[in-house]
Amino acid sequence: MFGWLIGRRGRHGFDLTDWMAFGFLGLGVFLMLGPVLWLVLSSFKTEAALQEYPPKFLPLAPIERMVEGFDQPLQMFTVTAGEHAGRELAQVRRIGLNAQMVDPANPSERLNVAISDREPLREFGIATENYTDVFSRFNFMLYFWNSTFITVVATILTVLFNSMAAFALAKYKFTGRNAVFVLIIATLMIPPTITLVPLFLVISEMGMVNSHWGVIWPAIATPTGVFLLRQYMLTIPDDLLDAARMDNASEWKVYWKIVLPLSAPALAVLVIFSVMWRWNEFLWPLIVLNRSEVFTLQLALNSFQGELQTSWSNLLAMTVLTLLPITIVFAFLQKYITQGIAQSGVK
Amino acid sequence: MLKTAAVQAYEGAFNLLERPMLALQKLFGQSRVAWVFLLPNLVIFGLFTFLPIILNFVFATTGGDRIILADRPFVGTEHFASLLDCESYFDPNSCHRDLFWRAVGNTGWFVLMQVGFMILFSLITALILNRDIVLRGFFRAVFFYPVLLSPVVVALIWKWILQRNGVLNAGLEGAGFGTINWLLEADWAFFWVVFVSIWCNMGFYVLILLAGLQSIPSDVYEAAEMDGTPRWRQLWRITLPLLMPTMLVVMVLSVIRAVQAFDEIYVLTGGGPGSATTLLIQYIYDVGFSTRPRLYGLAAAASLLMAGVLFVLTIIQLAATRKQSGDN
Amino acid sequence: MKTTLTTTTLGLILAAGAASAQELRFMCYQDGTECAAWASQMPAFEAENPGITVVVDEVPYQSIIESLPVQLEVGEGPDLARVTDYGGLARFMLDVRPYVSDPAAIEARYGQSLAWARVGDNNADGIYNIVDQLTATGGFANKTLFDQAGVEMPGPGATFAEWAEASRAVRDAVGVDFAMAIDRTGHRFAGPAMSYGAAYFDENGDPILVDDGFRSFAEQFVAWHEDGTLARDVWAGAGGGTYQDAAAEFINANLVMYYSGSWQIGRFGRDIGDAFDWVATGGICGPVACTGMPGGAGIVGFKQTEHPEAVGKLMEFMARDDVQAAVLAQTRNIPANSVLQEQGIEYQDVSDDVKAALTTFAASIPTFADSAYALQGYANNRAIYTATPARITQAIVGELSLDDALARLDADIAEAIAQ
Repeated sequence: MFGWLIGRRGRHGFDLTDWMAFGFLGLGVFLMLGPVLWLVLSSFKTEAALQEYPPKFLPLAPIERMVEGFDQPLQMFTVTAGEHAGRELAQVRRIGLNAQMVDPANPSERLNVAISDREPLREFGIATENYTDVFSRFNFMLYFWNSTFITVVATILTVLFNSMAAFALAKYKFTGRNAVFVLIIATLMIPPTITLVPLFLVISEMGMVNSHWGVIWPAIATPTGVFLLRQYMLTIPDDLLDAARMDNASEWKVYWKIVLPLSAPALAVLVIFSVMWRWNEFLWPLIVLNRSEVFTLQLALNSFQGELQTSWSNLLAMTVLTLLPITIVFAFLQKYITQGIAQSGVK
Repeated sequence: MLKTAAVQAYEGAFNLLERPMLALQKLFGQSRVAWVFLLPNLVIFGLFTFLPIILNFVFATTGGDRIILADRPFVGTEHFASLLDCESYFDPNSCHRDLFWRAVGNTGWFVLMQVGFMILFSLITALILNRDIVLRGFFRAVFFYPVLLSPVVVALIWKWILQRNGVLNAGLEGAGFGTINWLLEADWAFFWVVFVSIWCNMGFYVLILLAGLQSIPSDVYEAAEMDGTPRWRQLWRITLPLLMPTMLVVMVLSVIRAVQAFDEIYVLTGGGPGSATTLLIQYIYDVGFSTRPRLYGLAAAASLLMAGVLFVLTIIQLAATRKQSGDN
Repeated sequence: MKTTLTTTTLGLILAAGAASAQELRFMCYQDGTECAAWASQMPAFEAENPGITVVVDEVPYQSIIESLPVQLEVGEGPDLARVTDYGGLARFMLDVRPYVSDPAAIEARYGQSLAWARVGDNNADGIYNIVDQLTATGGFANKTLFDQAGVEMPGPGATFAEWAEASRAVRDAVGVDFAMAIDRTGHRFAGPAMSYGAAYFDENGDPILVDDGFRSFAEQFVAWHEDGTLARDVWAGAGGGTYQDAAAEFINANLVMYYSGSWQIGRFGRDIGDAFDWVATGGICGPVACTGMPGGAGIVGFKQTEHPEAVGKLMEFMARDDVQAAVLAQTRNIPANSVLQEQGIEYQDVSDDVKAALTTFAASIPTFADSAYALQGYANNRAIYTATPARITQAIVGELSLDDALARLDADIAEAIAQ
């Protein structure tokens, strides 16, 4: 009864277990990607369409038409009941419970329709202004650059420092090794939210408020990174290292010529995690950065939320824009990530 | 072209450090050179992780709403005492800090449910992805994708789906069912909090478990196949026991992260209805940040209690699995 | 000693350099277009005051509430900010009275809202804040739904009970989802509670939260949630002190009567458009009084600024009648400036619904009870605003009995005040 779970390669044909497996995966794809697709589609809807119930799958915009004798385009409705049922009319204006409408083909005759007897006509229409607003309202490219700078620098330093530490913990025997390792792992227990205030005191003492370095430095010594890399480096045979030492290579050379290249898959995993963490980080930059020239995309994204009101359409558009770069990075590194975690042999 | 340039840059950068590192190696000697490698990480770690944790102890034993330490009067264990002040630990209403104990209870349930179901689903998914199926890379990527989303985005998406006039209700209504106000009924809200948390974390654990599965040598299965062991018995007899070390990592990490769950839930439900989905970190955050006056001391004390419990839990997990699978 | 000297010299050099170029950082959040409106006024200010430049940093509201106090406490804040929590930030604020040319003019125009920042150790005659968005809580009704149902809309001076009955009748007649809704915050709760007799303060001006009046409104409030008069989604849908509104339901014509405040007017004008007619109800009454809550965001300067004179100049510029009028016309807010209150603002391209609503709300502000102003000017009011929804919601969803919830609420407030 559990056989379908571990059906393995090299077997004949497509049987029931395969159908079940694909059924499960299909459902998974729907659950995992469906919500994201919904987000992307919604980001093209107008503020009014976002609030609509039942929600429409595709972004729709009301149809407006120029009618002879009117300066402004008029909104089109279909009449559902009453004496004009079935006709498509343009609304001139609404007075109380009645709408004054005209037939675009015969603009001189005014018709009276009860407002409950008409429904707006709509067509597929994309609210691109959600996106253009984002670009006109603030310096998107500057924030993009700031986010990119923080992400790239922090990731390079994270990979460098964590791999050095992991190398030391994995490949040397020295007193205090276990103590250091346990200390690093133990800090996993303290949630980052908790140390925000004390950390801010430290950062301000060091004069790094409103500086990108105030966001970068605290993010670098990740326990997860050290843990991940150490576990992977344990699987590299010591013979390789000793052979290099025989050739008079320095310990530094052993590290970057042998250990680092061999750890590439695990490094790729750390890269994607670091990129993801730094790119999505919000609470800490919110506290450290308060000048617009150092703002990151996540901060700009959240400035669409006021005390009393939120501009959803812009917020969603901005969300999609911030998702794009990380999706692209993931698409490129995807192969390594799955390999990397697969081989890092977390044991 | 690009590749050689990258390699040159890589070699150039590391060669630059060759001389100083060699000097340090000579200075410290071969055996202590490890500290040189550890140093950058340890300095940063000490300044930005360890020092704040120590400061947290200072906050936990002082009162007032100031954050400059000199302005904070010493109160000793008052915060801890007020948090632990209960007539009965099974009835939050009898506690001085009733909301803290509700949060503790909610967090307990949340960890049980979230970790339990997440490991179950991750395991099933990993087992299926371990088969030789078409589009394997695509499926792996799809299950991992939600891990990339920021918690705020995750909450935003699901709030949009689950609200009273959201997509889910529209779908149910379209299919002829009644609608449910998902985030308004305590039990459903709790269900969705667990669901969403699994949704956005599962991909990570699927990959780790997949790694564990692929490290199981295939000749073990071939031998079992020879013996005519039915496939579901192979699962119990071979796959799961050999997966135990990986499972341990998954369990430890997922418990830690479940206890610390916050952002996506805070944005999704705000801890409601009432306090039905208020978890520990949210309590700490509410007390220390969003209400006035900010009771940093109380928040720090609660966080230290929590870290203590987590520590004990992790030790128990490690000990239990160590016993079970021998010394690994 | 030596370091002091060096710093002083350094300070002098910096000051000499700064005399020609002073940069002010203005941290701003917006509900609508406030930051953009202020930014568009800055070139005029900079032209009048050569050597001063102003940078408007637009931030999320969360920044103002959560980061700004922490930054100020370690001396890393901006020069000015647009804030709402006057009490909480009072000790960081700069008294610009010495730096403005005509304090009497500002006093005459902003007297009432100036009092909100004169709390704690602040000077009793200090000028700390220029309010650029005066708000009033009050109701909105969907007139079209009333017409469709054929129910007569309660007039001015009607009570909450009358509104509840009328909106239920409308809801049942036209088949919309909700009769009434109130935003989820203790600030919106306070007006109705006062109308039911809650005093909030004793004779000495010390806060008392739960009294008979407060209790009787709380009972009514919970009962209205039980019988479905009030939309459960708003209060029961969240936890803690989380803010939640019901504007979307009102815009969708799914809610008959909505108790919120004047800041919704601009949004309703834009998003409802021609879909239905809506009106502001003005003050709604309880058995004891007919009051709403005043409130409002304003601009404050901070003591730690290096250029207090420049901050003073900027605040005086912002307080000016013509500048306020230009900004408010764009942001569609109610003026706190008494001269502009009398003159009225020429709001840019607004519909009749919007104009009528702005007038109704502006007219209701002077009628608010003294206790409402006292609460708005009370230093710890934010504690009351967040604790009220947290505890009352527990009673609504049945986690606590109402008595227990009120007792807990009292204890929460007592603890907050003791800090």
